Amino acid sequence: MTTVELIDSYWVYFLVGQYPNGPLGGLALTLILASAALVLAMPLGVLFGLARLSPWRWLRWPVTALVFVVRGTPLLMVIFWAYFFLPSLTGFKTDQFTTMLIALVIFDAAYLSEIVRAGVQGLDRGQVEASRSLGFGYWRTMRWVVLPQALRTMLPSLVNQFVSTIKETSLGYIIGLTEISFIASQINTQVFTMPAQVYLILGLTYFVSCFGLSRFAFWLERRQTQRVSLTDNSKVT
Amino acid sequence: MIRLEKVNKWYGTYQALVDVDEHIAKGEVVVICGPSGSGKSTLIRTLNRLEPIKSGRILIDGQDIHAKDLDLNQFRSHIGFVFQQFNLFPHLTVLENCTLAPIRLRGLSRADAEKEAMVLLDRVGLAHKASAFPINLSGGQQQRVAIARALAMRPPLMLFDEPTSALDPEMVGEVLLVMRDLARDGMTMVVVTHEMGFAREVADRVLFMDQGRVLERAPAERFFQNPEHPRTQKFLADIRTPFSSAV
Repeated sequence: MTTVELIDSYWVYFLVGQYPNGPLGGLALTLILASAALVLAMPLGVLFGLARLSPWRWLRWPVTALVFVVRGTPLLMVIFWAYFFLPSLTGFKTDQFTTMLIALVIFDAAYLSEIVRAGVQGLDRGQVEASRSLGFGYWRTMRWVVLPQALRTMLPSLVNQFVSTIKETSLGYIIGLTEISFIASQINTQVFTMPAQVYLILGLTYFVSCFGLSRFAFWLERRQTQRVSLTDNSKVT
Repeated sequence: MIRLEKVNKWYGTYQALVDVDEHIAKGEVVVICGPSGSGKSTLIRTLNRLEPIKSGRILIDGQDIHAKDLDLNQFRSHIGFVFQQFNLFPHLTVLENCTLAPIRLRGLSRADAEKEAMVLLDRVGLAHKASAFPINLSGGQQQRVAIARALAMRPPLMLFDEPTSALDPEMVGEVLLVMRDLARDGMTMVVVTHEMGFAREVADRVLFMDQGRVLERAPAERFFQNPEHPRTQKFLADIRTPFSSAV
């Protein structure tokens, strides 16, 4: 079997798993899982970050504890907890996708909260005072003044975290989630003679996804900077 | 309009305000001056509750501003505050700085808010900078935008906390001119400043503070001609001839 034949016979399986004859898997599942985790973890991370800065102890302490626990634990542990411990705690068994999603969201939200906290704390105090003096309350100050500025400075760290998330989905392998690493190892088992090619293609796929995301983020960042500097010309006129 | 009754404030063991009693009438322009650390900035910041107080009462339009049922945000939106460091929102254009609060808090449409903001920007001489970002403006321009931003909420009272102290000397004048015009239009203003020329020309009354106390309060004319308190006399002498007292 040549590499071309390998790709030719397995590319559909690699991209979507057994779909439409079975559950969705492969690259599609990986991307859906990563996107869903990001979309859910981001707002949760912002809330956690703000809770960490909250003057109310009953809000600050539990979230701080959660962040410390998660940061001091490998993701694999969090996945095991979500897979074995959570069902026995809630009496509610979730499938592999949901389990993995829960683990990723909690894990990423904890990390994101630290990024958010640093971003908000790094902002000049005068910004908050100016907003409050205009009559904006806490939430509106966050929404209109603090977060728009903080998110901008946080962007590089956020992208880092997002890229990590894509890579972290590969740990779904361990609980039998048919994401792309799982599929790749299945293909490898079936073909048996071409591990180098199979895992090279897998690595390349991860790289393209992550690299694409970070390029997209840099493009966003540059566009932001341009928006400000374009008007610099108005000073001359 | 503003009434302070026995206002005290502490920073830890340091007493920043000592039994401050004061009454400021509607339409009055009051300048607060005094040496650094005298409590003048602290005092003006207590007026819109940027700083809490330890004891005493502050009434604005008869309303106790520390009352439990006070809507703090509503209350603050009726008081314009201008900071030493301008504190413009750097992620927004000049125009957006001036329309953010009217749109979000007064519920104006974007078009109406922009129309109003342009009138205000024109008043501070910066209508042509509406689409610029704060970072591209000089300090004096930024402070004038900050004044327009505060005016956009149509406050009946404006507070200025050392509005020209962070400016290059050549830009002080343009900001003071805007403030003078505002005073002439009848705005009630409390201004913490070291600009004695401004105090003399624009202020109705001048308060002199030292170590948390208001030591002297007098109409501007009398304050500069015949200051009564020895500390005031020394302060005025020092700022008039900075060299002589140092030598």
